[in-house]
Amino acid sequence: MARYTLRVNGTSHQVEAPPDMPLLWVLRDLVGLTGTKYGCGVSQCGACTVHLGGSAVRSCVTPVSAVGRAEVTTIEGLSDDGSHPVQRAWVAEEVPQCGFCQSGQIMSAAALLERTPDPTDEDIDQAMSGNLCRCGTYDRVRKAIHRAASEAKDAGAAAGAGAAGAASRAGKEG
Amino acid sequence: MTRIDPDLVLSDGSPDLAAPESGTPSAGRVFRIDRRDFVKIGALAGGGLVLGVAFPGRLRAWETAAGAAGAAGDGAGGAAAELASLNAFVQVTPGGAVRILMARAEMGQGVRTALPMLVAEELDADWDAVEIVQAGADPDRYGRQMTVGSSSVRNGAWLALRNAGATARAMLVAAAAGAWGVPASECRTAGGRVSHEGSGRSAAYGELAEAAAALGVPADPELKDPSEFTLIGTSPPRLDTPAKVTGKAVYGADVRLDGMLQATVVHPPRVGDAVGSLDDADALRVPGVRKVVRLSAGIAVVADHTWAAFQGAKALKASWKDGGFHMGSDEIARTLDGLLDGEEAAVAVDDGDAASALSAAAHRAEGRYVTPYLAHATMEPMVSTARVGEGECEVWASTQNPQGAQRLAADLCGLDVSHVAVHITYVGCGWGRRGSVDYVRDAVETAKALAGTPVQVVWTREEDMRHDEYRPISHYALRGAVDGKGRLSAVDARVAAPPIGVQEGRGSSGRVNRSAVDGIANSAYTIPNLRVDYRYAGIPVPTGYWRSVGPSQNTWVMESFIDELAHAAGRDPLEFRLELLGGDPRVKHVLEVAAGRAGWGKPLPEGRALGIGLVRDKGGRVAEIAEVSEADGRPRVHRVTCVADCGQVVHPDIVRQQMSGAVMAGIGAALHGRITLEDGRVVPGNFGAYPLLRIEEAPEVDVHLVDSREEPGGVGEPGLPPAAPALANAWFALTGERVRELPMIREG
Repeated sequence: MARYTLRVNGTSHQVEAPPDMPLLWVLRDLVGLTGTKYGCGVSQCGACTVHLGGSAVRSCVTPVSAVGRAEVTTIEGLSDDGSHPVQRAWVAEEVPQCGFCQSGQIMSAAALLERTPDPTDEDIDQAMSGNLCRCGTYDRVRKAIHRAASEAKDAGAAAGAGAAGAASRAGKEG
Repeated sequence: MTRIDPDLVLSDGSPDLAAPESGTPSAGRVFRIDRRDFVKIGALAGGGLVLGVAFPGRLRAWETAAGAAGAAGDGAGGAAAELASLNAFVQVTPGGAVRILMARAEMGQGVRTALPMLVAEELDADWDAVEIVQAGADPDRYGRQMTVGSSSVRNGAWLALRNAGATARAMLVAAAAGAWGVPASECRTAGGRVSHEGSGRSAAYGELAEAAAALGVPADPELKDPSEFTLIGTSPPRLDTPAKVTGKAVYGADVRLDGMLQATVVHPPRVGDAVGSLDDADALRVPGVRKVVRLSAGIAVVADHTWAAFQGAKALKASWKDGGFHMGSDEIARTLDGLLDGEEAAVAVDDGDAASALSAAAHRAEGRYVTPYLAHATMEPMVSTARVGEGECEVWASTQNPQGAQRLAADLCGLDVSHVAVHITYVGCGWGRRGSVDYVRDAVETAKALAGTPVQVVWTREEDMRHDEYRPISHYALRGAVDGKGRLSAVDARVAAPPIGVQEGRGSSGRVNRSAVDGIANSAYTIPNLRVDYRYAGIPVPTGYWRSVGPSQNTWVMESFIDELAHAAGRDPLEFRLELLGGDPRVKHVLEVAAGRAGWGKPLPEGRALGIGLVRDKGGRVAEIAEVSEADGRPRVHRVTCVADCGQVVHPDIVRQQMSGAVMAGIGAALHGRITLEDGRVVPGNFGAYPLLRIEEAPEVDVHLVDSREEPGGVGEPGLPPAAPALANAWFALTGERVRELPMIREG
């Protein structure tokens, strides 16, 4: 057992855990955030996807000892009130059915749009391939990602050339 | 007796029923029962109106032409039994909220939105004021609560819930008319208010609720004509979506209770084996592991957190008592083929003279088909939470069968069911798997060993996949004939398969298993000479209900074989089918519409072909046409046109979700799904060896719903069966290769 200080959704949490304990179980059973789901335990379904230092990772195979000081963002921390552009797009397109995989889908999609603000269908397929959905919501996942991208673009255009330039630079860096 | 459970799922943001504003019916108050009605009424302690609604269980509601109010209450004991089954409560609170207590499970199919719409439509409620509350298990109050068979709307609710809304509306109008001294017939309702134009008066439902509760139940509240619907047939936002995009929705594994421990279970790896000797010393040395418990079906490791439980489970040293089942997939296949070759069969249908028609045929086709065992592989593995105290037991479960869970827990604890509370959480995919309560057994047995401490038992994905109740494997031998005019004249089908529930001793040789022939013996086609028989296979691999059940596999066989026969006769597969569908014009219509939308008979992009599948299943009629190409020897499905006639649709967008998802499910299973066995053990344990459809394989799905005023049909399942044959028939059109065994792609 070791003691770790994790930054989760902007808050510090002290946890005591074996070093090999996956971040998934630290989040769910020690920190008390159950929005991140267990689906396979071996990085094959994506239900456990969170952001670690801004990148999407499978928390079921990320040992707590590897987290270090990197900021962890879970579905609960993506926004306070469901207002993240991806969450809004998910509501507008009515993506979820049973909903169990959707935290992971949304976290993967948000990470994709961070690095690729205007993804093609191929970009989406590649970024979302690791997120299984048994309800088969894939067609709406694609639509919602395109919607989030185009709304961000519209918002950027409305905000002026500076913001649009920043988005385009972010895209090139991604 | 009329307490409303402040159930756990309320933590998704629904209002707390314990709050004074909502109130609960006072315990001492007995509901008045109007024997001519399905409705019981009562008053909220805080001053509001409550209606209890009985679904006409045995009586199919739409068979009572007079509507819900008249028929079932007349007469004797049977009617009284019906009236005892209250499937839902509707509350109109003084604050104006319309609160609907729902006894069915939300597993993605949208019941938490579609069912309240039925009430709100007839009540003329303000949709924004409608709140939905999940009920727990209670046979006395809710009747049968299984959420299965695409039945939540079509079996009873369609009339019963509308009747509840209409009754409440009539009572609120009567209360307003009485208070204002105006005729009720002059009052209008809309948006949760009653108004009277002549006097210019208007009141919100909340203000009228208390007075309405003191009135008698109106005899025959009038239901709207479908042309008057303003909510049914529209697609308001799903009520469960906000909780599902913010991580707030509480599924089975998200239940958190004070002092709760986490556990997992190891079951014997071989079908039919039992726990033998157990050495738990290493498991107990894993930091965080508290206890190891022998269960009737396996071994539970109880710990402070799930990871410790998983590590403890790996450290167990157990031996298993050999139950004697050592078959592998090859031997199972040989067994089923042997049954097809044998004489022993139960005849499901024998219309006309198939043998004579076959010998007189101008064109023939003959083939053997194979469908594999399939796992449900719900995204949420099996999980249940239990607390067993002195004389009481409480269960939290992601379940389609809360009353089964309740009866089981009562048996295990030696309690009356009235002392067992079952809370239904959001269900992380049902697919039929959660109609079984084996995982609830694990939780309750573990909790019994913990003296009042609550425990959550989570199966690993590997346990979930290797201890499923699988869709039965099925082998088929088909012969078919086309006459000199190019018309289908005969089909002779033999089906060899274990029945569903074989592990519980269900089914026997000499008796037809309905699911095994469902979709072949009763297809939508008019076949002049049809013989179908069933050959029982007592292979003990556990079998269960898998989304759309028999038709999920049998429709692939039937539709592939019809396609074979069309090609054997040199006929267009569309025309060949259309002339066989005279017996069901609604099926014929969906096929015609699908053909038009998919561009059947028109030029396609290079390297693409179309294939047809259709089904009549659980009250729904669906035709699908897949557009397929080949890449690296594998099929790629670009687009599926799906045309459905599900009768009157309550919420079109939810139906589109269900249809599209069912297409993905059917395509995924056809491409990849196969559970194999070696030496009596299920081999695949995770999504590597049992792949599900991934986004890059997901076709575009064009769902079109036929406008219909027929009674509502099933929605959750009928979209699935046509997808596999549409794909396989397109593959034949493209490559000339007839698919006779699923899945089409074998991994490893």
